[in-house]
Amino acid sequence: MAERPLRILVAKPGLDGHDRGAKIIARALRDAGFEVIYTGLHQTPEMIAESAVQEDVDAVGLSILSGAHMTLFPAVIELLKRKGIDDVTVFGGGIVPPEDIAELKNLGVKELFTPGATTQQIVDWVRANVPHRS
Amino acid sequence: MTRKAEWLRNRYPAAADRLSAYTTISDLDIEPLYAPEDLPQWSYARDLGHPGEFPFTRGAYPSMYRGKLWTMRQFAGFGTAEDTNERFKFLLDQGQTGLSTAFDMPTLMGYDADHPRALGEVGREGVAVSSLADMETLFADIPLDQVTTSMTVNCTASVLLAMYFAVAERRGIGLDKLGGTIQNDMLKEFIAQKEWISPPEPSVRVIVDMLEFCAQHAPRWHAVSISGYHIREAGSTAAQELAFTLADGIGYVHAAIERGLDVDSFAPRLSFFFNLHNDFFEEIAKLRAARRMWAKIMRERFGAKQERSWLLRTHTQTAGCSLTAQQPLNNVVRVAIQALAGVLGGTQSLHTNSMDETLALPSEQAVLVALRTQQIIAEETGVTNFVDPLGGSYAVEALTDRLETDAFDYIKRIDELGGIVRAIELGYPQKEIAEAAYRFQQQLDRGDKVMVGVNKYQMEEAPPLELLRISNAVERKQAQRVRERKQARNAAAVRAALGTVKQAAHDGANLMPPIIAAVKQECTVGEIADVFRDVFGVYRDPAWI
Repeated sequence: MAERPLRILVAKPGLDGHDRGAKIIARALRDAGFEVIYTGLHQTPEMIAESAVQEDVDAVGLSILSGAHMTLFPAVIELLKRKGIDDVTVFGGGIVPPEDIAELKNLGVKELFTPGATTQQIVDWVRANVPHRS
Repeated sequence: MTRKAEWLRNRYPAAADRLSAYTTISDLDIEPLYAPEDLPQWSYARDLGHPGEFPFTRGAYPSMYRGKLWTMRQFAGFGTAEDTNERFKFLLDQGQTGLSTAFDMPTLMGYDADHPRALGEVGREGVAVSSLADMETLFADIPLDQVTTSMTVNCTASVLLAMYFAVAERRGIGLDKLGGTIQNDMLKEFIAQKEWISPPEPSVRVIVDMLEFCAQHAPRWHAVSISGYHIREAGSTAAQELAFTLADGIGYVHAAIERGLDVDSFAPRLSFFFNLHNDFFEEIAKLRAARRMWAKIMRERFGAKQERSWLLRTHTQTAGCSLTAQQPLNNVVRVAIQALAGVLGGTQSLHTNSMDETLALPSEQAVLVALRTQQIIAEETGVTNFVDPLGGSYAVEALTDRLETDAFDYIKRIDELGGIVRAIELGYPQKEIAEAAYRFQQQLDRGDKVMVGVNKYQMEEAPPLELLRISNAVERKQAQRVRERKQARNAAAVRAALGTVKQAAHDGANLMPPIIAAVKQECTVGEIADVFRDVFGVYRDPAWI
């Protein structure tokens, strides 16, 4: 029997409206055969963690271009833990300086894609690195 | 057979073409040659006119940069009001001729620095302004009656403009002496930039309040800057940028006329804001087409009688989305070429992006190079000696015609849907843009379109630039200040002032006078935005993919 497709929540935390990247990634992941749920803009970490539970996703991809990544990524990871779903793979993309990338990976963000990453690279990474949650 | 067709058949070595197809960055086909045959029914008087004459294709003013250079206006804002005030003074000292203010996300979305939703965002993408005291600091020592100021803010524009007016008043400067622009273009927010509080209808109502108020009290102020910039940044084509921007303009003019305003009373104070992307001739053609289209729309569709009402005057900014994080010094070159397109397209005001803007807000060093780029174009290249030097070029005129045709097709479709507000509710422009953005990304991924350093000529990266860092202390300091100020106010006066704003919001009375009164009582951006949330409701992202 074919494995069920991965379910991925593409989420846009923060107050800014830069959704060009999030929407392109959501569509590219969907076109690659994943089940994609897109939250829309202006989500709080609480709203994102709640959607992850409700939608029973395997991974959460966060798109952040507002400079608030050091606040928002840790908040989402903490809330996922508190809700008992810390096996959800968290990855992300946006404008994140290299030193912050290292720190975020230490905190549990599995991968970060910065400007110039292709949609194919992201699709390939998800295929290779996001396990199905049981 | 025309001479061009004959030349194409007998002379043009199509088999030797480097590429299988030649297109602009927006996928418009480019022919091997442009010749008189490409402008078949073309008339100089009807389609171009001299500069400063209807339909203004050749320029808004007769002498253009021979008379007055464009305003060099670098968008700036970060950290606290003190930090940004210092940057403003630096830029003016370096020869900048106007100010342009970037507010942080909480200010733009109607939250004070002490609100939980502001956490992590205070002072990061712009300057934090929560109340009148911040605005006074932001413009400390700046001669408001001499410098023109632009403020990029939309759903809280009424509050920030009220603060600016209140600051001027406290300094004894009459509103009639104030020159500047507030972006205040909510329709493009729903289409592209996505900063909103309430749904489209009440948002447009507030804009008309501001148009009306400024027409009466601040006649030198541009109460709305109808913006294509963000539409393009969201991934639109050039024709979509042109079409959706002018459609938004039509939406505002229509709403103001419905209110009972005489079109000639406010039309001269509408201003525009376009993007300057990479495709050099397409961008020049876009600006020329924009002027011609708006002149026709205002004269023919709305029956405006004054020449000043027909005139499209525009700010432009080089395309942030064209810059690369890779090999960031290359961005200096991109910006210079984009800025040159803006000048050849006849812009009235220009922001040149800094080389480091894909990585962070610009450092002082980077913004200085960006400003110098404008000064080099203005004072070294000689292009400013000519008025519309590309006018009459077969290629540029054909491209101008093509963009106009495509954009008017979009506007026709929007009219058929019931106007721009309805089209936005249906997600029509949003979906068209998302489609174009996705198509462009696929072209990049395949290498059909080139970004140097990203999908071609990649290399091991040199050490990154010295970037501007915003300390977390900014947020703590600003949130603390806001809390202290809220404690120190006259609580009864604050309540009464907010009550008056709420009453006007309900009754449909012009909101500007009560908002100005409220900010003078130190009512905050967040508190007044709460009134909007309460009375007008909250708009949520439909999250179309």
